[in-house]
Amino acid sequence: MAASANSVIGNPIVGLAKSSPSSSAFLGARIHLRGERSGRSASASPSSALAVSCAMSGNIAAVEAEKNGKPGLGPRPDSFGRFGRFGGKYVPETLMYALFELEEAFRALSKDEDFQKELDGILRDYVGRESPLYFAERLTEHYRRSNGEGPHIYLKREDLNHTGAHKINNAVAQALLAKRLGKKRIIAETGAGQHGVATATVCARFGLECIVYMGAQDMERQALNVFRMRLLGAEVRGVHSGTATLKDATSEAIRDWVTNVETTHYILGSVAGPHPYPMLVREFHAVIGKETRKQALEKWGGKPDVLVACVGGGSNAMGLFHEFVDDTDVRLVGVEAAGFGLDSGKHAATLTKGEVGVLHGAMSYLLQDDDGQIIEPHSISAGLDYPGVGPEHSYLKDIGRAEYFSVTDEQALEGFFTVGSIAFKRLSRLEGIIPALETSHALAYLEELCPTLPDGAKVVLNCSGRGDKDVHTAIKHLQL
Amino acid sequence: MAGVVPKISFPSSPARISGFASPRRPTCKFTSLSRSTLSRASLSVRRASSASTISDTFSRLKEQGKVALIPFITAGDPDLSTTSEALKILDSSGSDLIELGVPYSDPLADGPVIQAAATRALENGTNFDGVISMLREVIPQLSCPISLFTYYNPILKRGVEKFMSTIEEVGVRGLVVPDVPLEENESLRKEAIKHNIELVLLSTPTTPPERMKEIARASEGFIYLVATVGVTGARASVNLEVQSLLQEIKEATPKPVAVGFGISKPEHVKQVAGWGADGVIVGSAFVKLLGEVKSSDEGLKQLETFTRSLKAALP
Repeated sequence: MAASANSVIGNPIVGLAKSSPSSSAFLGARIHLRGERSGRSASASPSSALAVSCAMSGNIAAVEAEKNGKPGLGPRPDSFGRFGRFGGKYVPETLMYALFELEEAFRALSKDEDFQKELDGILRDYVGRESPLYFAERLTEHYRRSNGEGPHIYLKREDLNHTGAHKINNAVAQALLAKRLGKKRIIAETGAGQHGVATATVCARFGLECIVYMGAQDMERQALNVFRMRLLGAEVRGVHSGTATLKDATSEAIRDWVTNVETTHYILGSVAGPHPYPMLVREFHAVIGKETRKQALEKWGGKPDVLVACVGGGSNAMGLFHEFVDDTDVRLVGVEAAGFGLDSGKHAATLTKGEVGVLHGAMSYLLQDDDGQIIEPHSISAGLDYPGVGPEHSYLKDIGRAEYFSVTDEQALEGFFTVGSIAFKRLSRLEGIIPALETSHALAYLEELCPTLPDGAKVVLNCSGRGDKDVHTAIKHLQL
Repeated sequence: MAGVVPKISFPSSPARISGFASPRRPTCKFTSLSRSTLSRASLSVRRASSASTISDTFSRLKEQGKVALIPFITAGDPDLSTTSEALKILDSSGSDLIELGVPYSDPLADGPVIQAAATRALENGTNFDGVISMLREVIPQLSCPISLFTYYNPILKRGVEKFMSTIEEVGVRGLVVPDVPLEENESLRKEAIKHNIELVLLSTPTTPPERMKEIARASEGFIYLVATVGVTGARASVNLEVQSLLQEIKEATPKPVAVGFGISKPEHVKQVAGWGADGVIVGSAFVKLLGEVKSSDEGLKQLETFTRSLKAALP
């Protein structure tokens, strides 16, 4: 089945053409009591039909992986919403039906041609896809070694999307999904404000009521985005509880959803949260990877060798990686925020320093203290300042499929300039592109990565957002 | 047997002779012992032999034609010693079961009052070990069973098995974990059963009827019927849906049903009892009394008055 690169729900998920017998399964017929549960077997699951359909798409991947000589990864996620041991649905009972409804709607829409067409049209004409795969000539030259060898660096320009980041891919698709569900009220959480802006944007575009929860501390450091959201008609509610940052905004959004679940859809901004969100958000961002495959083929007749992306919750990274997870010859590199340094206790390097636990509905790595309390992370970039990470990233790390590193505030600022500021600064100076501070983390990692890569290695870095929102921070930290 | 002997379930945890005055029902300690020695016996035998499990508490009340009063307070707000006093007062003023909340940094199911209580408790250094020490001392002095209310991550941090054995050892009888739905609770249920902890499950107004029945079948101790679509916090009136939800659950199971979330006044309590609830849970109203008054003494006094007024409204 020919799926255009713009088609978000690309290849059909085989088996979803079945009607939803899972509904009876969810409603209780097959939930196992003590002693009956037999783990992950498809036949024992509460949503046995879903298990079959999920397993089919997963099995295709597994079979292909086998062909490549590597063990199959299994369905991602499985019918229980798990990626290996990660994921799941750890939420109050009040939300369980809404999650089930959401998953059903998603599966139905993924085989709905009208929905696909409508979404593709919006992605093309409103968001501005496809985003270019840009050969960063001067950045490549910067990393060229004295013997003339070095990798070729390409930037996937998600910063060129409407609203200036990758976040809109997911926001647009979920807004359409919400309309199909008949929900008129939208809520969202936001850290840097990009997801909040994307959500406010799509709500304006689709005539939906929009409420965005943002940590009071974040509102201060991303004032431009707060203004944009309000200008777009959204109500921005400052969250003062806990640490007043992204994790608290997420908790508050979940509480709002628990209270208003019947009228409200929660547009979660990353591949975190309870199932089906990690899957949903990944699928809606998977267009990034799909386009990259096509563009790489066009540009150099091959695949990328290394994919690099910054990781906060993990949405832009999953969006780029997903298409290539089963291409085991493609390296997947995620870069987290090391804040003041990994040993400082003030960072957001969840995959490096975290432990497995449950946060905001999913089992995943997270930053917690000895008592199991969630601790406040730190990063100069609000979008990476989350003490958790999407469960699929936890899984990819555990099985060794993806590698995760981290970069300090200082290094990111460097990157910012280069690309944004050091990395931020570097990119600005070398390519005339001002990247977001989040993206700058990925850019900063190129310093470590490039010297190790063979000549001609093709690196695709997800330029997940633009840095206009960060100039005030840059001004504070950098002497220009 | 002289003095108060806390449960000696495990050879590894030394019996602690605390030297307190005998509890109101010294028999409960004996039955605890016999219960622990029968720990590998069948469930029904274990339950029948104890008067102080949650199930047995409800059975007794039912025989007496009474409805259980179940207060909830947050451990450590304003501090653990006030909590200890509060537990004793709640017990002696007519509570039949007490839910004790373990403070957590990200309480998704809680409204502003209980959130604030958790924050205050955490800020003053309350942690799980502290709560356990406090319970080790106070549970022997209580006549009604204690159930813990905690989110999942603190349980995972310790390991489910270790958590269960720890709370069993100090005499906790029940557990409610609001962010673990039926699909995810396998390991909790397994360990709870092994450690004689009754794992109480929640059903809500958004739970479809068939699922509600499954939850009812799987829940132990009682079924926690959440009265509102929302988080904890006092409401002006009780959701009228509760009446029909109660009926539906009771058609499906003979297990006791207690209603909670939003209930804050004697009138509410009376209304819910009139609809057929076997128990009524009151949380935020109690938490406010303890956490938002000028002095602990003041709070504790008001606690006693409030508890009695709620008890008086119940059969």
